Amino acid sequence: MVFLGGQVLPGNVGRAILGPFADQRAVDALNHTLGVDRPLLTQYWSWISNFVQGDMGTSYIFRSPVAPFVIDALGNSMKLAAVAFVLVVPIGILGGVVAALNLNRPLDRIISLGGLSVTVLPEFVTGIILILIFGVWLRWLPISAAWPRDAGFFTQLYYLILPSLPLFLVLFGYIARMARSGMIEALDSDYTRTAVLKGLPWRTVIWRHVLRNALLPTITVIATQTGYLIGGLVVIETLFRYQGIGSLIFTAARGKDFPMLESGILTIGIVYAVATLVADFLYSVLNPRIRLGSDQ
Amino acid sequence: MSAVQTSSPTPDGMRRRGPLTEVFFSLLRSRTFLVGFAIVLFWVACALFGEHFAPYDPLADDIINALAPPSSEHWFGTDQIGRDVFSRVIVGSRDILTVAPLATLLATVAGTALGLVTGYFRGLVDDVVSRILEAFMAIPVVIVALLAIVALGTSKTTVIVVIGLSFAPIIARTVRSAVLAERELDYVAAAQLRHESALHTMFVEILPNVIPPILVETTVRLGYAIFAVATLSFMGFGIQPPSPDWGLSISNNYGMIGGGFWWTVLFDALAIASLVIGVNLAADGVHGALND
Repeated sequence: MVFLGGQVLPGNVGRAILGPFADQRAVDALNHTLGVDRPLLTQYWSWISNFVQGDMGTSYIFRSPVAPFVIDALGNSMKLAAVAFVLVVPIGILGGVVAALNLNRPLDRIISLGGLSVTVLPEFVTGIILILIFGVWLRWLPISAAWPRDAGFFTQLYYLILPSLPLFLVLFGYIARMARSGMIEALDSDYTRTAVLKGLPWRTVIWRHVLRNALLPTITVIATQTGYLIGGLVVIETLFRYQGIGSLIFTAARGKDFPMLESGILTIGIVYAVATLVADFLYSVLNPRIRLGSDQ
Repeated sequence: MSAVQTSSPTPDGMRRRGPLTEVFFSLLRSRTFLVGFAIVLFWVACALFGEHFAPYDPLADDIINALAPPSSEHWFGTDQIGRDVFSRVIVGSRDILTVAPLATLLATVAGTALGLVTGYFRGLVDDVVSRILEAFMAIPVVIVALLAIVALGTSKTTVIVVIGLSFAPIIARTVRSAVLAERELDYVAAAQLRHESALHTMFVEILPNVIPPILVETTVRLGYAIFAVATLSFMGFGIQPPSPDWGLSISNNYGMIGGGFWWTVLFDALAIASLVIGVNLAADGVHGALND
């Protein structure tokens, strides 16, 4: 299971990359003495082996190595994603748990319906509305994520709040819904009834019995959202003019800067594979019933 | 979900036996569905007849009145070259309401065919196709779209194909799991004993029985398709100018948001929000009606 996640991904990123390569060769094979006229497989091989050695090629637009751009952008994106995750994971889980404990009462309805509504909205729509409210009308937060040079940690954080909110909203719905249904299922189970009937205090039942079982599926959901998060970053970084990996890919795609585009996407593929791997690992650590290596 | 399922003699199973009219009536009783459907209907009406009741030509510029705030003359104000925002919002529903449903249709047709084949044949076919589909599902739609559009150029067709093909694996997965349960039933065995061809068994015998999950998945996907089309238009990879499309208008105008010209983007954003929420409410209603 773990290996599958790691193996399928680099493969499909490679396939995704071959697409634009083939087209480019057809369009301007003459222009490029960059080795683009070699057989596709040879090209692919030399590119991928260079990538592994840390050489990501030369940007067509900037006429300089791609690697520093990608690494900078990845760092920035991770900051943004980290802020969103740190906010959403506890609040999302809390929301789901509170909803489940108040099943079918108004509070549950508000959380479920609200979560559902904000989850289905495109990030740039919530982003625009949030910018209008907090950036333009209330003037509490800056409308661009480009912080001044040499900004300290807290200044950077301040600039990242608004961009991370749309991501927060989309993820909140998913996480809260998973946590809620996990909780409902666990509350409904035999072991919970046993725990209640043997006279354990309600608090202990919730903490020791219900939560532990309820949150397992939630963790998997959080991990699968990494893929979504990457797509969301492309949009958010464009909207907030943030120099992350998403806007790097976007700019590269617009400028047909293939080495940049491919390196960006492959980097994302690697991040995604690592995230999937970590999630699987975390899942097996938290769930004693699934131990690594026992199924192979 | 099938008409011949005998393993669950619950009242739940009984009600599912009802014909399609029953589903229709339970849809009419569902408040969620009706609200969602009304919103969608409103935008469809705007898409079809918007030009006739929009007060101005959505494409006519009027540079002297550019960036006018909302007034009795221009309810939603005007944009940077003086086009009436209200008219643009109304007519702006047209492109997204053509592209998104077509993409969903493509996804449903392709996904259903793939799901039927993988679920029916199982074995090697299933393994190979399913792995490929999983690989596709792992790449975010935005990234696929970015690559496809770099390679193929921007057009409505590209957007439809990209979104349709990205969503097909998800529908295929749903159909596959429904077919897996369905193919164990007696009527499938009967068809096989009659030496019906595999195609006949799949499309004539099994397909009608897996319509409910397909219907639910399709309505849900429509919501995501609108999400995706709007996002791509906003990124400049979707619907192209001079269309008054909502996502496109936002991407053209959000640069001036810091200057306080909120009316150039707010109404488009709210329009997208209402359409997406409307479709999702309707989808929720369909889901409820088919599963109760």
